[in-house]
Amino acid sequence: MEHAPAWLTSSLIYLGAAVLVVPLSKALGLGSIIGYLVAGIAIGPWGLGLVSSVEEVLHFAEFGVVLMLFLVGLELEPKRLWNLRRPIFGWGTAQVLSCAAVLFAVGWAAGAEWRVALVAALGLALSSTAIALQVFGERNLLRTPSGQAGFSILLFQDVAAIPILALLPLLAGATAAEQSLSGLDRTLEGLKIVGVIAGIILGGRLALRPLLRWIARSETPEIFTATALLLVVAIAALMQFVGLSMALGAFLAGVLLAESEYRRELETDIEPFKGLLLGLFFIAVGMSINFGVLIASPWLMAMLVVGFMAVKLAVIYALAKAMGLAYQERPVFTLLLAQGGEFAFVVFQAAGPDVLPPEITSLLIGAVALSMLLSPLLLVLLDKFVLPRYSRGNGGPQLEEISEQQDAKVLICGFGRYGQIVGRMLMSQGLRVTVLDHDADTVEGLRQFGFRVFYGDATRLDLLRTAGAGTAKAIVVAVDDIEQSLEIVDLVKEHFPQARIIARARNVNHLFQLRDRGVTEVEREVFESSLRSARSALEALGWPAHEARETALRFRRRNILLSDEMYPHYKDRAKLIAASKAGRQQFQEQMAREREERQRRSGRGWDGLGDEEHRVKEEADA
Amino acid sequence: MRYVRGMTTTTSPADSAGIYVLAAHPHWRDSRVNRQLLAAARAVPGVEVNDLYGSYPDFSIDVEAEQARLAKASLVVLLHPIQWYSAPPLQKLWFDDVLSYGWAYGRGGTALQGKDCWLVATTGGPEASYHPQSYNRYFFDAFLPPYEQTAALCGMRFLPPLLFHGARSASDAEVAAHVDIFAQRLGSYPQWPELEELDVCVACPVPETDRPAESDDLDKAASAAFYSATARGLASMSAANEENNNSEKGAA
Repeated sequence: MEHAPAWLTSSLIYLGAAVLVVPLSKALGLGSIIGYLVAGIAIGPWGLGLVSSVEEVLHFAEFGVVLMLFLVGLELEPKRLWNLRRPIFGWGTAQVLSCAAVLFAVGWAAGAEWRVALVAALGLALSSTAIALQVFGERNLLRTPSGQAGFSILLFQDVAAIPILALLPLLAGATAAEQSLSGLDRTLEGLKIVGVIAGIILGGRLALRPLLRWIARSETPEIFTATALLLVVAIAALMQFVGLSMALGAFLAGVLLAESEYRRELETDIEPFKGLLLGLFFIAVGMSINFGVLIASPWLMAMLVVGFMAVKLAVIYALAKAMGLAYQERPVFTLLLAQGGEFAFVVFQAAGPDVLPPEITSLLIGAVALSMLLSPLLLVLLDKFVLPRYSRGNGGPQLEEISEQQDAKVLICGFGRYGQIVGRMLMSQGLRVTVLDHDADTVEGLRQFGFRVFYGDATRLDLLRTAGAGTAKAIVVAVDDIEQSLEIVDLVKEHFPQARIIARARNVNHLFQLRDRGVTEVEREVFESSLRSARSALEALGWPAHEARETALRFRRRNILLSDEMYPHYKDRAKLIAASKAGRQQFQEQMAREREERQRRSGRGWDGLGDEEHRVKEEADA
Repeated sequence: MRYVRGMTTTTSPADSAGIYVLAAHPHWRDSRVNRQLLAAARAVPGVEVNDLYGSYPDFSIDVEAEQARLAKASLVVLLHPIQWYSAPPLQKLWFDDVLSYGWAYGRGGTALQGKDCWLVATTGGPEASYHPQSYNRYFFDAFLPPYEQTAALCGMRFLPPLLFHGARSASDAEVAAHVDIFAQRLGSYPQWPELEELDVCVACPVPETDRPAESDDLDKAASAAFYSATARGLASMSAANEENNNSEKGAA
């Protein structure tokens, strides 16, 4: 292999390991994270020993976490972030401080030196953003109270890592004073931080959107992708420069772009990079598990892992209860926050030999990595044994996932405002309909009204199958989340081709994405009702109801035609705008011609009502 | 949600003649004569006027409400322009939906017995065009039988129609005179001189063999009642539900 360049060899190793192990792990029902971790262990120094530069890879792959936070930021408009300020600072502080305090007390009581106990406690109190967000996302939990709370706490941890890292030199200073900074330096440091954050916010508000627009107009998609990446890299570098968390900076940039028209494009461009790098990150974590330490002192390691996780589990469970999370949501929430996180690696390594002796550092890092391997496994156990019992609990809400095979001819996914109208109309015709919704509150509420609604995530193939997707003639995709809608459509297209898909489109772009997938029965969700309101507005101007209807129907036909014409260009904003403008103008001209024609034929004014018409109306009102 | 706006009634309890005017014009803004006739009808006290295209722009007719209005009336006026030698499509749909079996005709269908039906129509072509030698090729009478027979099968008297030919080309004075006659007729019903000479309605007995089988009817009636009850139940349930659901898992 001497003649093969290093990057080629390592790409071969990483990609090969991931491609071999991850699908296997998924097929075994263990999820992709465990797959990556195992792949990492396999190729790492303690497995086949194919890779030795673990540190380097870990640092590089950390960028996956940065990209993930950028994507999370994109989903979160500034207003919603502002609404989350209480959970972030309230629950976040509570989690980090209470976990750290208890861990410190236990460590100290066990006879560790106080500085070792403190650094270990602070590091172990943090959780893995990468794993937790990935799992929340995979399970569609991000919008549930537990998902929101978890996300808020994880976000706070990213912020909290800054003071923790700042604390380390002080601790070291307690023994060796040479590293402490002067007060002036400290002020400068602080100013630099404030300046950079202000710069990001201002730049994001004022400069980024025009820049993106300018680049989008250049019509070179790969340059847009490059810009997206450059944006995240630049912000990460900037944050690194002032000593802040790269992920936090990327998150901030994401939030600033959440309201821009390029949100979706940025998302689709960044997503694959994030997926790959995050995978690489998990592989690196797997590689960094030091089995040497484990073999040398297995009992100490076991005690450490079990001990710190037990402490965190207890504290976080109590916290979850105090936060008022539903008891079914608590186990997953608790487990995801109880594991150690990637930030612990940074903290322990940054602590330096003055605070943490090297053997303790590798012990702690090993413990964190093991907890990251353990928690996805525990999650599988939780799913198998604990969660089913919750749903069968007596007295509590009957929210078991759909489990009996259904065979209705119509399956409705998503029973919110949209799906309900569809469903109720079909039911009024005495038809049997299977309804699947993954919002526990909706399901419970509807059941009180006597609807037979099943609880379940329609983006899961097994649940779709149980709900009778295999025998359904029509599957109505009425969920309100675009990503999920597309996911369901993809699943149905692949596995249940006999069913006709009837889809709700959130907007025109979603409509086009559905068309990409060959769905023909698509309705834009507010299109028809908006036309109704337009009719009412015409009637308010004195138009006869039937003529308002005819006009609306004609506009509707025309609009649908126009969207057909725009469809081929929908990925190209400039062409899309041009096509839309041309179509609108053409339609207006056509309508003007028809008005003239009618006026000529009836010999009377058409715009507005003639005097005569007013008289008729007034008499009618009398 | 639309609320019926086409209905107008000027009620005067003293007058119990009960006149129901069905006015059907798909494009009131293009109308010259019918629009004035409509306004005139609305100005007559005690006349109930329904602008069909205003009430049912989506062609979804409220059959129960229409039947209730018919039941109250003793004179049903059909006011519309003749289109393609017939009534405008919504008026035809109204016949199809409202004059239902078992209500307006057929077994037990006696709701309209003894009432009067009066066609008040306009044509675009002049009277002379309705002639074997002209482009309409028939006298206008030749297009009336479907109206006449519809009334007869329901047990209604078909009064002599009030027609106005050449609506586009007539002078304003001619139109005004026609509108006056119409208004005056509505006001004086049922004291019309020609009614004395008119026979009572011809009976149209239908042989049993032409009737659909009975069990079918019962099934149909039963299932219709079931569906309407179910629909109503679901609708009331949904109203409450919608209120509960205002905050539906929206915000992405």
